[in-house]
Amino acid sequence: MKAIEAQGLVRKFGDLVAVKGVTFDVEQGEIFGFLGPNGAGKTTTINMLCTLLRPTEGTALVAGHDIRRDPDAVRRSIGLVFQDPSLDDQLTAMENLRFHAMLYGMPRDLFNQRAPALLELVELADRADSLVRTFSGGMKRRLEMARGLLHQPRVLFLDEPTLGLDPQTRRHIWEYVIRLREQEGTTIFLTTHYMEEAEIADRIAIIDHGEIVALDSPDNLKAMVGGDVITLRTSDNAGAAQRLQAAFDVEVRQVNGDLVLELPRGDQAIPRLVQVLSNGTGPTIEVQSINLRRPTLEDVFIRLTGRTIREEESSTVERMRLRTRAWRGTRR
Amino acid sequence: MRRHLKGLYTIWYRDVLRFSRDRSRIIGSLAQPLLFLFIFGAGLSPTMTGLAQGRLDFQSFLFPGIIAMAVLFTAVFSAVSIVWDRQFGFLKEVLVAPVSRIVVALGKVAGGSTVAMFQGAIILLLAPLIGVHLSLDQIVVLLALMLLTAATMTSLGVLMASRMRSMEGFHLIMNFTLMPMFFLSGAFFPVQGVPLWLEWLARVDPMTYGVDPIRQVALRGSVPDFVLEMVRLYPIATDVVLLALFWLAFMVPAVWAFNRTD
Repeated sequence: MKAIEAQGLVRKFGDLVAVKGVTFDVEQGEIFGFLGPNGAGKTTTINMLCTLLRPTEGTALVAGHDIRRDPDAVRRSIGLVFQDPSLDDQLTAMENLRFHAMLYGMPRDLFNQRAPALLELVELADRADSLVRTFSGGMKRRLEMARGLLHQPRVLFLDEPTLGLDPQTRRHIWEYVIRLREQEGTTIFLTTHYMEEAEIADRIAIIDHGEIVALDSPDNLKAMVGGDVITLRTSDNAGAAQRLQAAFDVEVRQVNGDLVLELPRGDQAIPRLVQVLSNGTGPTIEVQSINLRRPTLEDVFIRLTGRTIREEESSTVERMRLRTRAWRGTRR
Repeated sequence: MRRHLKGLYTIWYRDVLRFSRDRSRIIGSLAQPLLFLFIFGAGLSPTMTGLAQGRLDFQSFLFPGIIAMAVLFTAVFSAVSIVWDRQFGFLKEVLVAPVSRIVVALGKVAGGSTVAMFQGAIILLLAPLIGVHLSLDQIVVLLALMLLTAATMTSLGVLMASRMRSMEGFHLIMNFTLMPMFFLSGAFFPVQGVPLWLEWLARVDPMTYGVDPIRQVALRGSVPDFVLEMVRLYPIATDVVLLALFWLAFMVPAVWAFNRTD
């Protein structure tokens, strides 16, 4: 049995089609990433999978249960860490966990055994009896992860778990995710719009405008780019671009005054590239700087959509407005 | 069934736990009733001498009204905490749990009612200061009446909260429903002998049927029965039936509306 089988999920908010029919499978014990800019439909998809939103069309099996026909069984088998904090900050860390255990009907013995162990795992054991109000953003998120795992869910959903956290805390969170998978064998479904962070996933679905545009392992996705990324600056970019295009038969793009091209085995291509520019037909073009790097998921995204993910990032205010509109839309 | 009861208990437990934790809120919410009772009440007492043809002093008359007021405000505030929970994200934790929404709404009504009853019980402690004597029987019946009043008002609160997305809307509700309900309930003045339009408004105010029986029970023994009959609206049993009808009339749509929230 697969952990998640999504079949043509569609969600409309009034006229806006937020998710346009996504289909994918997630294996047991896999870390599966949803990567895409804000507003691409990541959260809407998660909300459908965890039964907070009814799909307009299509359905999905989560841990073998149909999200439409048996939402209660789905809820019992999933854990969730939301984009925004969802703790009661007037209660202590332990009380928040106990509330959760009661809601999920956990036996007391199991709770007494798991709660301290999970707090240990997220390094909050010494703060178990502190009010959540006194916690930092990172601590809250860690507590939410412990809570999400408390009832031993088959699938843990992490919706932008690092949003709004500082880089160090973000790194920490991902370390926990990896440790969780090792210790608990939980299937993890995560969304993020930070490229670097998506790399921890076994497989990544790149989602844009409500559709999956690619789905593969990070390495395979990066292989789509067609080799290494070479960035160079010359005395005559336009001329250089023309000459390189002719010599290597690849697309050469101009980005912020630099030339960018992708070549297999970039390290071996550089000498030839310099040679083409200095000894090719016409005057010598001087190479001022040259940079070679392995492709990133950002390059994959650009390749697939023609845009960078960052361009798509809207301001927080705009996001709030969009979300409010989506809220209202669901009520109509 | 057992699972549902456990869910209901969980929601109830959180409300009660938060209430007991928040000492400052308990003390703070005493300030307003105390002001009404001892400043407003004491100040108006010399002027308000016509109650039951001069046989009932204003502070004693006011006392049950102030109990009802404490219940009313605590009940609605505690239901409206749903809106806070929505704004601060906690509601999602509840909505995604394997607990039916109906159970969540009922748990919320139960929690709010309990908390509001406690708040009313605290006001009862002031009875000796007003010269109102209470027997154990009276206290038990009063607690039951407070619980019913609280359940009615919490249901109304849940009904309003399930449609509210922000706290701004709450102030509107405060001014346009809570205050009128409080003023019209007969807490401050008897609703007999007032202009007819006012009397009719009082009669459609559910709080009226909370204040009326609470007054009759609380003052029994401290005030002669024939005096009580002069300021009462209905017999206690009638009040209770009407109040219970209001309770149902609020709770059924409240649960329905909450069940429909995303």
